[in-house]
Amino acid sequence: MLSSDTDILAAAEAWRRAGRGVALATVIETWGSAPRPVGSHLVIDEAGSFLGSVSGGCVEGAVIADALDVIAEGKPRILEFGVADETAWRVGLSCGGRIRVYVERVD
Amino acid sequence: MRGEILRALNAERAARRPAILVTDIAEGTQRLVTAEALAGDPLAPLLRKALASGRSGLVEAEGRTHFLTVQVPPVRLVVIGAVHISQALVPMAAALDLALTVIDPRTAFASPERFPGTELAAEWPDRALGGRVPPLDPYCALAALTHDPKIDDPALQAALRAGCFYVGALGSRKTHAARLARLAEAGFSEAETARIRAPIGLDIGAATPAEIALSVLGEIVQALRRPGDQA
Repeated sequence: MLSSDTDILAAAEAWRRAGRGVALATVIETWGSAPRPVGSHLVIDEAGSFLGSVSGGCVEGAVIADALDVIAEGKPRILEFGVADETAWRVGLSCGGRIRVYVERVD
Repeated sequence: MRGEILRALNAERAARRPAILVTDIAEGTQRLVTAEALAGDPLAPLLRKALASGRSGLVEAEGRTHFLTVQVPPVRLVVIGAVHISQALVPMAAALDLALTVIDPRTAFASPERFPGTELAAEWPDRALGGRVPPLDPYCALAALTHDPKIDDPALQAALRAGCFYVGALGSRKTHAARLARLAEAGFSEAETARIRAPIGLDIGAATPAEIALSVLGEIVQALRRPGDQA
């Protein structure tokens, strides 16, 4: 986990330096059998390219969609995912866990 | 996140220094707290606890919720002596996710045949450290296992100077008394040499090389997770 997070934060810095709009998503809280531990990162650029993981693939698509808004607006937001969501079959965690993800723009 | 905070966070990590990014998740305000600045921070007690555990997480303080992104350098284990115990240590250290390097100037011992896939330096410790092997730092554990003062002593001195969180040395109490006398002669204080754990390993009655390896790793985990618990 440590080494992959190293690459993700380094990528966030490199992408930003290259002039791309960049957002960083971080798992801030988990309940139950969440697939990725608290502190896991996902970095997203304005074109929707991404590196890292906050859920092992279950909700990345939704996080990326929100990240694009955050890149445009600049205001951080907190996302929550779990099986109890209305959208469970689309963007829920099939493992039964719940996670909260903080998404912020890298300026 | 401001670009300069991200750059500073990455720079601290590249230098193998611990740091915590504190984010007020309601406001989005952030600050980076380095190890040196920690004592002066209003959240110092919480930050100290987070650093010791190495885990990121939410904390509540003064009615506000902060997320702590805890960045702790990955622990490295440097073993002096390509001996039987070291062979047993290799797979156990891998299971614990510890990066391990074995240093032994005796090429007959430090051979890839005896240590397949292991990072090996067939050099004297004082030459290898800072050369082919990155220098020691506070996030390193050093275990001296050769029984040979010519090889073990310079490594122990380097580990004490670097402030390694764990310094252990194989040998009986008698051997260790002689070692302490040599280190005192070399200018190390009693407080410094008291940091060496000898006889090495938790006292679990270890008899075989694998059991000794287990007791050493147990002692390393204890030193890492419960600092200040030194027996």
